Amino acid sequence: MKEFKFDTLVIGGGSAGMAAALEVSKRGFSVAVVERENSMGGILNQCIHNGFGLHHFKEELSGPSYAEKFIDMVDSSDIEVFIDMTIMDIDENDKLKAVYGLSKLTGMVKFCVKTVVFANGCRERNRGSIGTPGTRPSGVFTAGLAQRLVNMEGYIPGKECVVVGSGDIGLIMARRMTWVGAKVKAVIEIQPYPAGLTRNIVQCLNDFDIPLYLSHVVGDIHGKDRVESIDVIPLENGIEQKEKSFNIKCDSLLLAVGLVPDNELAQKIGISINPETNGPIVDRQLMTGKDGIFACGNVLHVHDLVDFVTEESSRCGRYVADYLDKKISPIQFRTAPGQNIKYLVPNFYSPSGDNKFYLRTLIVKNRAELILKVNGKEILRKKLRHIQPSEMISFSLPPGAVDCISECKENTLEASIV
Amino acid sequence: MKNKTFDIAIIGAGVVGASIARKLSSYNLKVALLEKECDVSFGVSKANSGIIHGGFHHGSEYLKSKLEVQGNRMFDQLEQELHFPFRRCGIIVAAFTLEEMKTIEQLYMNGTANKVVGIEMCNRSRMLALEPKLNTDVVGGLYAPAGGIIEPYRFVFSLVESALKNGVELFTEFKVVSAEKNDHAFKIFSESGAAIDSKWVVNSSGLFADEISQIFNAEKFNITPRKGEEFLLDRNSSARTDHVVFPVPDSVSKGILVIPTVEGTTMLGPTAIPQDSKEDVSTTSLNLGMVFSSARRMVPSISQRDIITSFTGLRPVLEGGDFYIDISEKQAHFIQVAGIQSPGLTAVPAIAEYVKDLLKKDGLVLTEKSSYNPSIDKLPRMRILPPEEADLLIQSDPAFAEIVCRCESVSEAEIVAAVRHGHTTLDGIKFYTRAQMGRCQGGFCTDRIIKIIQRETGLSYEEITKRGKDSWLLDDKIGDLKVNSYGGAE
Amino acid sequence: MKKDMICISCPMGCRISAEWESESDITVTGNKCQRGIIYGKEEILSPRRVVTATININSSWLGRLPVMTTGPVPKGKIDSLLNKIYKIHLDIPIVRDDIIIKNIENTGIDLIATRSVKT
Repeated sequence: MKEFKFDTLVIGGGSAGMAAALEVSKRGFSVAVVERENSMGGILNQCIHNGFGLHHFKEELSGPSYAEKFIDMVDSSDIEVFIDMTIMDIDENDKLKAVYGLSKLTGMVKFCVKTVVFANGCRERNRGSIGTPGTRPSGVFTAGLAQRLVNMEGYIPGKECVVVGSGDIGLIMARRMTWVGAKVKAVIEIQPYPAGLTRNIVQCLNDFDIPLYLSHVVGDIHGKDRVESIDVIPLENGIEQKEKSFNIKCDSLLLAVGLVPDNELAQKIGISINPETNGPIVDRQLMTGKDGIFACGNVLHVHDLVDFVTEESSRCGRYVADYLDKKISPIQFRTAPGQNIKYLVPNFYSPSGDNKFYLRTLIVKNRAELILKVNGKEILRKKLRHIQPSEMISFSLPPGAVDCISECKENTLEASIV
Repeated sequence: MKNKTFDIAIIGAGVVGASIARKLSSYNLKVALLEKECDVSFGVSKANSGIIHGGFHHGSEYLKSKLEVQGNRMFDQLEQELHFPFRRCGIIVAAFTLEEMKTIEQLYMNGTANKVVGIEMCNRSRMLALEPKLNTDVVGGLYAPAGGIIEPYRFVFSLVESALKNGVELFTEFKVVSAEKNDHAFKIFSESGAAIDSKWVVNSSGLFADEISQIFNAEKFNITPRKGEEFLLDRNSSARTDHVVFPVPDSVSKGILVIPTVEGTTMLGPTAIPQDSKEDVSTTSLNLGMVFSSARRMVPSISQRDIITSFTGLRPVLEGGDFYIDISEKQAHFIQVAGIQSPGLTAVPAIAEYVKDLLKKDGLVLTEKSSYNPSIDKLPRMRILPPEEADLLIQSDPAFAEIVCRCESVSEAEIVAAVRHGHTTLDGIKFYTRAQMGRCQGGFCTDRIIKIIQRETGLSYEEITKRGKDSWLLDDKIGDLKVNSYGGAE
Repeated sequence: MKKDMICISCPMGCRISAEWESESDITVTGNKCQRGIIYGKEEILSPRRVVTATININSSWLGRLPVMTTGPVPKGKIDSLLNKIYKIHLDIPIVRDDIIIKNIENTGIDLIATRSVKT
């Protein structure tokens, strides 16, 4: 078996992996990126619509263009890329980690590395995870799979479809199906408000008169061999009103019902997972509970904007380089999600360093306030114009901002939204 | 269609038919295996729980008990020959009240009467020592070390593969709609117009055994479908037990079980709900709560968060509560093998022997085939190979190094093998290789599998289906449909 | 005449209003930046959208080439643009930003490749 030695192995060659790898490489360390598709770019390769890079590049690019800008940077760096390779196993003990990769070109290879970065993204929730009852006909696709089939293979998964989920993925696919000539008969959303950006409601639904059914769920799926129709049930106060259900004739169902960070490998080696994010618990340096193993991007928590993935992953790369430089990490204390907060990443902060956080709220509100407290003392208060669970909030805490550290207290940083 | 006359035509290529076919393939006979779906094991056998039962659920007066115990013993050798996933993990039946312990006693007596080896009654601490994840409220139970689990579809596929290797001819998409009898043979007609001649017929058609019996003017009886829904939990679920855990059974069914599958997932179920339709395999939302509370009563750490998916199957229930395996008294040269519900899978190796003996009794001449080979090639599976062994395998075929299904670590070589064995639908490939069965349920690998099917079979994308018939996947390419999205806006 | 709408020029999604007596005299309110005024006027005069799509290409590893218009295209011209795009077959190599269709129906907008494909 071939053996390779690197300072860092990055698992995943998408936006997160590339950004992290570039930062580690810039600091002079040897980096390998392993990617299981036949090219780098990750999920961006199938996101052919525009809207990417408004923050990072100050232009609105398509997904593939955003990815290619990074691919070009990786190509002109010393980063070694292994494509068509799947990571099969990780063996970590002491300082060196052994990571096994498999590809047709190389066979089974063993990477002996000092640090590992999980940047392998997320997977979609599907019919099984939401337990939609009814028959099991063909024609039920997750939105991501449908997107791949349309944008990368040129297939049309159905002529008359219904989209479940009004997050951006569902809305984008509603438009994409319409633009390839299919008829999208409805978008069904369980919440009383749409989950995606308003601009997408306009240009993906309103433009085509596609009805959006808020506070509705899919009941039974009908059809013996192929989808023939679905039942749609309205909710009142969250309770299904079955007697008011109606039927929509369709030949395909696209499920855009949520994303889950893909942490199978991390769990296998005993890394603790945060049940609120489904991603690893990480310290301020984005390092997991296992020494020298880091995580960034969608595998850490599901992002909305690739620009934030790039920011987080670049920062992760710098922390990996600090670790390899044997820099002493500053003292850290826990963070905790307080009122109306679903989660806060990372799970630790450092009073003496600069800190950047990403969080998601549980509520929809206009004119809300983010309040940070340590040991009961208010550290920061930030006005937020409009918040909703599907829009990630970020904020920074400069060094010295927390000045009430006490030796005999927990010093937990609590974030709340009111 | 060929003009030759078969000696035996077996109707139904589920686990029963496949097993009988393989048994008969060891003799110098011309055997036809007829299956109405596009692939084998797509009927009742598709949703089997995969349990090799312990021989204590039914009294010794039942044919099914005798065959269950005999069949159970034959699985070690079968696994050696056919390489399907099998683990003799043992079964425990947990009792939570003194009342339930009385039923346990009854089960123990059944087991003893059925001559089951190793069966024991357990007190509370023995139960908890055997299965630490049990609810500590357990008061006692039964332990049957001979019980186990298999992957049922792999089992059926391997039986069929072995049968075909030894000369059996398989006819898929052959739905029997009528039959004639002339002097020396039956003429059996399929829905598509094809026809087969055969001297004997074995009716192992599961849910439709009653209808097939009618077509052949044999006995009248009724098969009532009883739906069973199962829930699959993630491989990482902390609730996975060491043994198959049964509750104390009631008069209708064996109850909701906690099943540690061979492949590492955990299964809960099956439910038992009678219905009219023989085709309705839809799931319902009502059962979820009931199944989980039953399962949690036994193993409290079970969590709904771990659900990957659910699926249903239909049991072919015959009144009388026993197997109906006999020479027909109404139609000559016709063997009935009907009502094979639990413990059918366990009994199947013994059923095959029993049917062979019935055929012999009915006049079929059996001479052993000297070229009979009970073994089939073992297909390596990348997921379970240690890195050094995987490395060697890749040198023999690099397609083992291309991982297509990353959730279950299924390589391209395994998918190609499935296709070359005749499994050209998404479901057929799923059951053969486990690709699409993992946590992403095909989200990442479906398009790759479609490409492999196209490459290996030459089928166009419109011809690829989920499970045959009208379960088409993709009908159009971009450019086939005219775009009229803005509907003439300004 | 008045029309309420949501500006889609950027992810903010400001709620804006366009009022007009004649097409040459449209007033937009509620916007937070200049783009809102442009968007508001254009939605009345000539609503436009940026179009993204994919094209057939004879690459050995990439199934479809992603493309994008360099600016928003009038809605009324989008269907015919898409139907036209779907008939094209491209040859490699293609470099990101290569022009696939120049000056779409006299709009001054081009259709460009958003990815490079060499093989």
